[in-house]
Amino acid sequence: MEARVVTIATELDIVRVRQAVRDVAVRGRFSLVEQTKLVTAASELARNALVHGGGGEVTVQVEPVGTGTRVRLVFVDHGPGIADLDQALTDGFTTGSGLGLGLGGARRLVDEFHIESAPGRGTTVTISSTSGGAVR
Amino acid sequence: MRPTGAVPILTLGDVVLVSIQVELHDELVLRLQQDLAQQVADTGARGVVIDVSAIDIVDSFLAKVLHDISATAAMLASTAIVVGIRPAVAITLVELGLPLRGVRTAPSVNAAFAMLGVRAASERPHVPPGSPVSPDGRLPSGDRGREDDPRAHDHLPREPRVREMW
Repeated sequence: MEARVVTIATELDIVRVRQAVRDVAVRGRFSLVEQTKLVTAASELARNALVHGGGGEVTVQVEPVGTGTRVRLVFVDHGPGIADLDQALTDGFTTGSGLGLGLGGARRLVDEFHIESAPGRGTTVTISSTSGGAVR
Repeated sequence: MRPTGAVPILTLGDVVLVSIQVELHDELVLRLQQDLAQQVADTGARGVVIDVSAIDIVDSFLAKVLHDISATAAMLASTAIVVGIRPAVAITLVELGLPLRGVRTAPSVNAAFAMLGVRAASERPHVPPGSPVSPDGRLPSGDRGREDDPRAHDHLPREPRVREMW
């Protein structure tokens, strides 16, 4: 399994995260729609980590699964954390100026979505998608 | 032409046109939004055409800005049309819960100009007179600037008058 870490400290880093994820999705032979969904989800989560978490990092992991490739992204920030995860995942809920679709929307775009957070302990969001219709 | 960082804004007749060709970071997106509004106010443009056909990712931030540009243009007595959304982007936006309601779209810049009642230069037939359709199979030749491309999602009353830009 190969892994790469991208720091999320500025708005430009959101673009860098998108590029890094697009690279691995293309190399992992994701279909165009699969690529687009995964990169869009990554963009949402990178922005969340920057805006709500005060920055952080994402680890991009790539591993072969059956005939396809699984890309797993682990977003970590050390911000204030989220007290009510159910509320944070509800469409339309926002503490910022966005539409409040970041977390819930990202969850719909990927195969696997996992979030861990607590007040004062930051937030870790793990997502993954697998190319080629491999077993999820 | 007025630069917006890396996004040039062109004014053609009374239409403001931007073609986004670079990967946009958030600040560039916001600057584009402000510059477009200012340009519309300065020129009294009847339309704003935003070509996103080179954009392979529209996340909720960019979607919100496209929506806001559309609403702002409407308040400035102009009409914004987003051109060339890629199919994969459309699928992703719908799944994300952001179907860009209220944002007018068109499949091509020509179609957007037609929706605005303006004819773009390249829309003049390149095909010899008498050919039933142009090479791309879309715009019948010799058609006196039919108000729009049938694929344009035109929800507004048609402009009966077609204006020549060149």
